[in-house]
Amino acid sequence: MSADQTILAARESSALTEGTIDLQALLRESDVQSVLDQLDRELIGLAPVKRRLREIAAFLLVSRARKQFGLEVSPPSLHMCFSGNPGTGKTTVATRMADILHRLGYVRKGHLVSVTRDDLVGQYIGHTAPKTKEILKRAMGGVLFIDEAYYLYRPENERDYGQEAIEILLQAMENHRDDFVVILAGYKDRMETFFRANAGMASRIAHHIEFPDYSEDELMQIAQLMLAQMNYRLDASGEQAMREYIERRVRRPNFANARSIRNALDRARLRQANRLFALPQAVDQVALSTLSAADLHASRVFQELDAVSHGETT
Amino acid sequence: MRLTQGAFSFLPDLTDEEIRLQVDYGLERGWAWAIEYTDDPHPRNTYWEMWGTPMFDLRDGAGVLHALNECRKACGRGYIRLCAFDSTRGVESIRMAFIVNRPDEEPGFGLDRQEGEGRNMRYRLHGYAADRSPEERYRADP
Repeated sequence: MSADQTILAARESSALTEGTIDLQALLRESDVQSVLDQLDRELIGLAPVKRRLREIAAFLLVSRARKQFGLEVSPPSLHMCFSGNPGTGKTTVATRMADILHRLGYVRKGHLVSVTRDDLVGQYIGHTAPKTKEILKRAMGGVLFIDEAYYLYRPENERDYGQEAIEILLQAMENHRDDFVVILAGYKDRMETFFRANAGMASRIAHHIEFPDYSEDELMQIAQLMLAQMNYRLDASGEQAMREYIERRVRRPNFANARSIRNALDRARLRQANRLFALPQAVDQVALSTLSAADLHASRVFQELDAVSHGETT
Repeated sequence: MRLTQGAFSFLPDLTDEEIRLQVDYGLERGWAWAIEYTDDPHPRNTYWEMWGTPMFDLRDGAGVLHALNECRKACGRGYIRLCAFDSTRGVESIRMAFIVNRPDEEPGFGLDRQEGEGRNMRYRLHGYAADRSPEERYRADP
């Protein structure tokens, strides 16, 4: 080890003792554990995603340790693809990802720039490149999150400017690898089509993370977590109704996992407000924060099923 | 003749790393950076050519450096400066500007005398850069 490196390593941290590095100390120093714990607490389910995040965190810590010994030559490529059905937490995880990468010192600022096709692709010739480059500049030092990335590629229109945006993006992903991290997100099957058509993109993305659908139990936990965050709670009958609601909602079309649950809860809150207004007496704090079965049973999900059971066709 | 305009102009040229630190300093204060270039830096030539639009909403200096390097590629034979625009109400003006690129040989300025009526003497400052033929001045870089 050269004199320079020794000084550097000594200044870097107290974790280094006579040619060994205490990874646990490095982990404590980076404060990344608290983000991972928060992730465990606030995100229900998503076991494969959390496992992958831990792997990436460990990998970055190890590569930082290797750097102290001068073993690491180039920074690892961390561009990612999040695929999963709607409402499975892709955006939420991306925000956390920016935080994790920042604490591990992989990105300098740790902000998230969230864009869709409209922000990258222009409307006329010569409009796309400046637009995409501006977004790239804004994302530098942080994470660029491209939601529904498959819209960038429109095979039915060969003069579509999306291809131009993809090319600029590819170039930046290669040349500015240590300046920013790109996360593409979208539904699984359409992302696969996208990658088949853009081999360059597929080969530059090292981490493909799949977001599984939530089970009914997990959805119930999510509902309770959301309500707790909004300072509401379900009474015994409400809890039962929520379970029934989830059971039926899952089987209906356009089911969007956690997002559907959030919408259902928002509607239930509206109905609860209406119900409280109709009450003759004054309401107390408990009444104001309790959702009961009546608020949920008024949902369309139940009504339509009832309609079917009564033999009505409309 | 070394041009001394803007901040740091009496210091040795800033390295890219130093430029980046200055840019980060400005970004931390919420200023928007813009890149401008010219071949004739006459003191009264206030408005230089803009390289792209001012860069708002940036968080990290890497983006500015990236744009600067593109500008250097296209007009490395001229002067390039970075300007920080402060949009705070009541300021709304350039807060900081410094030169980040100079030609290898700086043409400098000449002082001309002109005889006016009644033995009056008038003086004119002109940049030698403006003496060159348009073909040479506006030729694209190789």
